[in-house]
Amino acid sequence: MSDESFSCRQVVELVTEYLDGGLAADRRLAFERHVAICPPCRGYFSQLRLITKTSGTLSEEDVPEHLRERILAAFRDWKAEPGKS
Amino acid sequence: METAEARLVRGLRAGDESVFAEVVDRFTPSMLRVARGYGLNMSAAEDTVQEAWLRVLGSLDRFEERSSFRTWLFVILGNCARRRATTEGRSVSLESAGSAAEPAVDDPRFFPDDHSRWAGMWTTLVASWDSIPEERLLADETRKRFRAAIDALPARYTVVFVLRDVEGWPSEDVCALLGLTPENQRILLHRARSRIRSALEEYLGGETR
Repeated sequence: MSDESFSCRQVVELVTEYLDGGLAADRRLAFERHVAICPPCRGYFSQLRLITKTSGTLSEEDVPEHLRERILAAFRDWKAEPGKS
Repeated sequence: METAEARLVRGLRAGDESVFAEVVDRFTPSMLRVARGYGLNMSAAEDTVQEAWLRVLGSLDRFEERSSFRTWLFVILGNCARRRATTEGRSVSLESAGSAAEPAVDDPRFFPDDHSRWAGMWTTLVASWDSIPEERLLADETRKRFRAAIDALPARYTVVFVLRDVEGWPSEDVCALLGLTPENQRILLHRARSRIRSALEEYLGGETR
């Protein structure tokens, strides 16, 4: 077992690296050991994980209608150019 | 079998408007955010996104299908946005990210590192968000605050955050597109997530047990 241990201040800086699988084995273990016994760090971890999970839904937003119209109008102009079917 | 992406490209080359509308709907929200990430205001970002779509159409013949459509799209967008930002005198340097230290959590939330008993430990409780019901997370008010938190990010954090967390790109693709080292990419992403967390904490933290 490694002697590595982290303070809470260090743990909060490592969450993204942990989620990306970027921590070496002994650091990953130390991170997991800390989070397992530290309720505030567990809370913090849950918060960051939730942000990464929820952000994906923002790609499903509607395009502003005026912009969508403009882009589609530009498409029709492009298509009407000579040489396009 | 034809991949979904090959189908899109074939439809675009054939001038199929429904296929074009499909890709516009799919990518434009994130393209707008990325353009804003280059320091552009909403109106300039809209112009830039429109320009990028036109360039995509104009260079479809040159698109090589061994690269992915989305990467190609965001390369074109990045070029358009950078040019527009330079014209407006707002050049954003992503590479400068790793320089200034910015802690993920405000310093007063921790005991000092030389504290005799609680060195580097939290001074406050931190609510878990695991028990927040999904309907609250997807509610308009939460999404509004989420969007506002992204809009409030420093420009150089936005692009990485949108590509990684909103669009779900793997880290290697983001590094390749933006010319970032994995280390700098991770720092930018972590700071972006941390800022968004702080912005949402008061709102979402209040109702958890």
